[in-house]
Amino acid sequence: MSAIDLATSVRAGARSAREVVDDHLVVVEERDAELHACNLVTADWARTAADAVDVAVRRGDDPGPLAGVPIVLKDNLCTRGVVTTCSSRILDGWQPPYTATVVERVVGAGAIPIAKTNLDEFAMGSSTENSAFGPTRNPRDPSRVPGGTSGGSAAAVAAGYAPLGLGSDTGGSIRQPAALCGVVGVKPTYGLVSRYGLVAFASSLDQIGPFATSVSDAALLLDTIAGPDPMDSTSIASPYEPVLPVVDRGVDGLRIGLVDELVDGDGFQPEVLAAVDQAARALEKAGATVDRVSVPSARYGLSAYYVIAPAEASSNLARYDGVRYGLRVDGDDVATMNARTRDAGFGLEVKRRIMLGTYALSAGYYDAYYGQAQRVRTLIIRDFARAYEQFDALLSPTSPTVAFELGAKAADPLAMYLSDVCTIPTNLAGHAAISVPYGAGEAGLPIGVQVLAPALGEPVMFRVARALEESA
Amino acid sequence: MSRLTRADVEHVAQLARLALTDDEIEHLTGELEVILEHAAQIAALDTRDVPPTAHPLPMVNVLRADEVRPSLPRDEVLAMAPASEDGRFRVPRILDAP
Repeated sequence: MSAIDLATSVRAGARSAREVVDDHLVVVEERDAELHACNLVTADWARTAADAVDVAVRRGDDPGPLAGVPIVLKDNLCTRGVVTTCSSRILDGWQPPYTATVVERVVGAGAIPIAKTNLDEFAMGSSTENSAFGPTRNPRDPSRVPGGTSGGSAAAVAAGYAPLGLGSDTGGSIRQPAALCGVVGVKPTYGLVSRYGLVAFASSLDQIGPFATSVSDAALLLDTIAGPDPMDSTSIASPYEPVLPVVDRGVDGLRIGLVDELVDGDGFQPEVLAAVDQAARALEKAGATVDRVSVPSARYGLSAYYVIAPAEASSNLARYDGVRYGLRVDGDDVATMNARTRDAGFGLEVKRRIMLGTYALSAGYYDAYYGQAQRVRTLIIRDFARAYEQFDALLSPTSPTVAFELGAKAADPLAMYLSDVCTIPTNLAGHAAISVPYGAGEAGLPIGVQVLAPALGEPVMFRVARALEESA
Repeated sequence: MSRLTRADVEHVAQLARLALTDDEIEHLTGELEVILEHAAQIAALDTRDVPPTAHPLPMVNVLRADEVRPSLPRDEVLAMAPASEDGRFRVPRILDAP
């Protein structure tokens, strides 16, 4: 059942929130030993919150637009008094002293958090294999990865633990796992959703966004979490315009561009490219015009990203020093304690990125790497701006391939990074994008088609996504 | 961009406060080299006269009224620290460290 229908029946008193939550906890119980999508099942919190919704319904109070709808939270979203790990040993057991704004907002809207979900440690990876607590498996085929880094939330929503999930997307970490698990995933415009309480990875790129099983459910969740927040100085100050009221307006007259640079290169599976072509034809049939468009610098997105993101990460992760939270490995002096704690607490991929970022920012290399990457970022923004003069939205695959086998890319960091080649340019530009399930590829596994829109282009983006969903 | 040596990696590990093992240094030297080579694809782009983008929003400064508001609960914060004493974080010796 969709989140919208569930909330409607709970609000009408046709079903109790408690019953809905208990039904979903049964699914978690049945499947999570195999899938390991959850770092922590928050059953007590869920039942208490569900009972509060039921009391509100009985009293005739408004229980909120998401009343009784179970939701899973990526385990890099702070929840006061509830362990938040980022799937890292360095934070193992840490209970945040505050709650993320997005969590406050979904709970305020009546949603019921039922689990903290697994991720690649500190949201670094593309497969959810880089978790200190072991990998998550893809519910469509448990020998395959769910994608990453929000693989736990994507797998949980795909497996029916909850109709809604929250993730974070720095270079594709919502959209790529959504595509690989066959659900809808949204990376909102940078600044649209408050990041207060999201553990920082790369601050000029990170954005929180929804997972759902339908475009309309994703719109409802975005409408719940978006909008200015005084606790996040990077949140956009202007009032938010809800997207749910416009999703069904169709695509008649819209101009859609197929991005040359994001459908061209080694490593794209033919079924994935065929799905994008089919999606383009379906949009034409629905009244849109579709043309090819070039965003030349998009092909340098990956290289720029793997300088900028590690550079910002090396700075953000300096705070894990064995002083204020989590793990400490003792040493005779502070520097030794810091270095031992960080070596013992961080996994290999996190160390790799910290090293990469520290190198790129170090004396003598700063301008060649970080400075150049920031200038390339400007080129990418300019090329997108030119494309959006002619087009309302753009189209591409979300991921070059369907879900791959566990371990297939674990030994080759660069091959793993390449699975984000279609999603990264959006983060560099600060724009919006959504992944919609569209057909099946190799071994019958789901394919995701990506709709890209300029900053604050969510209304058009959701209309296109909804039209794709209708035609899929 | 020059070749990455083991000494470079040791230096960067020191800057990053990571007490890497010999194995990790060995491993990372090769891996970082490959990733940096890929990153170097952007070196050839002509970016003269292109300003850098540090942040995708055209935001300058965000100000708010200077009002007293509640801060994080001190006891809850300190309870999560590896060591605390007298309402403060406790750390190993900093001054006169060997």
